[in-house]
This record gives sequence, structure tokens and C-alpha cells, in this order.
Amino acid sequence: MPLTSDNVGEKGSGLMRPDIPSADAETIVDVDDVSMVFNIASEQFNSLKEYFIALARHELKFKEFRALDHISFQVKRGEAFGLVGTNGSGKSTMLKIIAGVLEASEGSCSVKGTIAPLIELGAGFDMELTAKENIYLNGSLLGYRREFIDEHFQDIIDFAELQEFMDMPLKNYSSGMVARIAFSIATITEPDILIVDETLSVGDFLFQEKCERRIKELVDSDNVTVLLVSHSIELVERMCDRVCWIEKGKERMLGPTDEVCEAYKNLGR
Amino acid sequence: MSSETETQDARRPAAADGRKTGSDAWYSPAKRDRFILKQLVTKDFKLKYRRSALGVAWSVLNPLLMMIVLAIVFTNVMRGADDTIPNFPLYLILGNTAFQLMSDSTSQGMSSIIVAASLLKKVKINRYVFPVQKVLFAVVNYAFSMIAVALVMVFYQWTPTVFLLYFPLFLLLLTIFCIGLSLFLSAASVFFRDVMHLWSVVLTAWTYVTPLFYSVNILPDWMQKAEVFNPMYLYVLFVRRILLWRMAPGFTLIAQCTVCALVSLAIGYFVFHKNEHKFILYI
Repeated sequence: MPLTSDNVGEKGSGLMRPDIPSADAETIVDVDDVSMVFNIASEQFNSLKEYFIALARHELKFKEFRALDHISFQVKRGEAFGLVGTNGSGKSTMLKIIAGVLEASEGSCSVKGTIAPLIELGAGFDMELTAKENIYLNGSLLGYRREFIDEHFQDIIDFAELQEFMDMPLKNYSSGMVARIAFSIATITEPDILIVDETLSVGDFLFQEKCERRIKELVDSDNVTVLLVSHSIELVERMCDRVCWIEKGKERMLGPTDEVCEAYKNLGR
Repeated sequence: MSSETETQDARRPAAADGRKTGSDAWYSPAKRDRFILKQLVTKDFKLKYRRSALGVAWSVLNPLLMMIVLAIVFTNVMRGADDTIPNFPLYLILGNTAFQLMSDSTSQGMSSIIVAASLLKKVKINRYVFPVQKVLFAVVNYAFSMIAVALVMVFYQWTPTVFLLYFPLFLLLLTIFCIGLSLFLSAASVFFRDVMHLWSVVLTAWTYVTPLFYSVNILPDWMQKAEVFNPMYLYVLFVRRILLWRMAPGFTLIAQCTVCALVSLAIGYFVFHKNEHKFILYI
């Protein structure tokens, strides 16, 4: 049922923040004093020659860049948590650490449960394969059971509204259509954590609204924690109940959406 | 649709605190990799033969055509060099297909991590599945090329004997050897892209130092002795013994092949495991 659009009364445009979870709610994401340090000096080498030249010239010294500097926050089950910040401030790095693909240099980040990231265009998909084949491929990469995909195959297509294009290679799809499938696969079940990147901005406004409604449903079920990273401050204001503002790798502000967004919007003034 | 959702909910095991979870949708981490491997191999297979008229028949035709060309060229060259080769075409195709398995799987496996970069940056997947999957795909292709071998054996009425039963052991050892190599190469190529160029040179050189289309007897004495340290020579010898000479591979050879497989796997695993958390910084 959750995948049809007509059973949700609310329009995507209104406020759709979830209720504040009770104080004893389970902590799902625990980011504890996380810092991420990149060694810029050693990352320039792509060939053995460059490496040995640098080695000979004693240029292999450590030149560090702090992408994240002592960030701490906790997200409870059922929360919708937003990350804001200007370009290059470390939001994506933070998200990668939470998703488990990047290891923090210092501090710890513990995550409980399953994570469904919205895989961006071209990442989990193969453009030569048909949409149907891609659904299985992508599903397997997200860790879904084969039987589960079999059972919910129709739901996935229905939500993406791409019934008649299922046997067409993905390269003939528009980017918006691919985004629809990606979103549909990632949200077909209730993950413990749904990571929403900029992906949403690809689809047309109707689908964006539909996605927002679906995310709202997931959030309302009180089981799903949503992490949202977006440049669209309106989207963050509409959906999140708490926001962390990261600026130049430092935690600038952490708190209720309205307070943080107000301060963030004043940045440019 | 609503009933479906309800049954789905009903099957969800209640968590300890009474909350329902979506656990019926997910594999446990241990089982996940098998499904991923299967999906990725299927993907490669479909892509390889998509839009080709003969499709999978190419996996059979390719080694067959190669064998015919080599047989025409080298039969005269090799005449009188080695009387112990009873069937030169079969000698050729067994060596070539086995070597092809190694070169395919390692050259594909080597770049597998770099190719999967965009995925590895987003989703937490056990990284070893990418090189391993390329090896498994090469094994699937090898299985098809064995049809070509079977055709050659039928053509020459070369009946296999009981020593055919050693074949699964041969394939297992060679696969492990390739997995180890691919793990090592895929990790190395993440940090130094030159490895990719270097490896194609190594593969070419390796093709020539391995007695694939000539007899080991024409090599100078010291090189014949050195071949013991060429794993591919050992594996090719293994499969030729059981199918061409129709004899037991012998304990020494099995031991040598096993050692090669395990050493390769150990080095590959160690290098890969030690560096895999740094991959994302370089891809």
C-alpha cells in the first residue's frame, strides 16, 4: 500500500516533519568526535614513476587536510536529520563515513541496522542492461533477497511508473527515469536508515513530490531514520526535524531545523 | 496490494523491543555476497554476448579457431621436436584455454575495483566481490571453451579415461590461483595505475615463456628446469596429463599446483585486506 500516491492526503509542499521521537528512542547513528584527515601530498600519485621521483626528492611528507574536524551528533530512530553546509564543507565526507564506505581518521561512528542509500545515476546501474535486469542487479547490491525482489517487482515498477519500458536498455532512459527506478528500489522496503543525497533533484516536480511523500511515509512509520543532504534549504526545512550545519569541516551548529536554517540562511547576508 | 503488505508485515519477526523491522527483505551479510556475485556474473555474461548473432557460440568458436591457426603454423615447425606429443591440436587447445582463463581473469579482475569506483563510494559492499567475480566470469567462459575441447576430442576420437576425474581439482586450483592474483593486482592498480600497463606486458611475456604452442623439450636445459617455477606451466601440464596423455597428474605436480594456488591466495588476500580501507581515497 505505501507505494501508491493516492492514499496520501498531504501535498508535498506543506511541512512534513516527523514528530520528535521520544527521549528514550534508540540511537541509530552515533557520530562521536569524528575527524577525517586526508593526506593531500600522497594523493597526487597515480603512477609508480611519480611516486619514486617524490620518494627520491623526499617529498612524501605528510600534508594534511582536515575535511571533518571533531564532529559529534546522534540521530535517533524515526528522526529526519539534515546536513547542510556550503560546497566542500564536508557533508559528503560525513555521509560516506555514516554509509560505512569511508573510515574516520579519528573518533568513531556507529550505525545500527540496514542502510539504503539512493545510488546515484550510473553507479549501481549498467546502462546496457534493461531496467528489469538493473532492478535485480541494484537490489542485490543493496543487499535485498532475491525472493523479496521477485515479490515486490511489480511494486517497484508501479512506483517508478515505468511499466512499459521495463525491457528497454537503461541507456535509452532519461536521467529522470533512471532516478525514478533508483528511488523506487531504495525505498521499496523499510530500511533502518535512508540516505537521501541530491538525487531527488533529478526527477520532475511530480515525481519529486511523490518521493517526498514516500520519504514522509517512511519517517512517519517511526522505524526509519532519514539522513538528508541537500543544497535546497527549503527541502531540508520541510522534511527534517533536526539539522547539523557543517562549515569548512567544523560543526557550526546543531539543533532544531528552524534555528539552524535561520542562521544558515543568514550566512550570505 | 494491501493484503500483500500485510502478509509482508506479518512475516517480519518482531524485534526484541516490539518494533517491526524490514529484516525479511535483507540477506544476512554473509549470504549477501553470493547473490551479488551471481548477479554480476550474469550481467557480464549478458553484456558480452548482447547483440552478437552467434552469441555464446563465440566462447566455443574462439578457442577452436585459435587452435586451427596455431596448428597450421606450428605443426611443421614442431615436427620432429617432440615425439611424446600424441595429438598436437589437443596439446594446443588445452594449453591455450587454460592460459586464457588466467589472462582473462587477471586482466579483468585487475581493473575491477577502479571500474566499480562510483559504487564503492556510495554503498558498503565487501570489496573483494569485484575481483572475485571477474575470475568467476572467466571460469564460466572457460567452461564453454571446454565444449571446444570436447569437440576436438570427439573429432580425433580421443576417449577420456578415468583421469578425467582430476579435472575439477585442476579447475579449482587454477581458479584459486587466479583469485589470488586478481586480488593482488586489483589492489595494486588502485594505487599505481601503471600496474595495468605493466601487466599486459607481463602477460605477453608469460605467454611466450610458457610452453603453450611449443614443446618444453626444445627449451635449453636451464629454462626447462626454471619452468618448475612457472605456475602456468604446472597448471597446463596438469590438464594435459589428465586429458592428453591420459595419465595421473602425479603427487608432485598436484602438490606444486596446490602450493602455487595457496601462496597466490595468501599474498593476494593479505595485500588486498591490508589496503582495502584506503581504496576509496584513490579511486
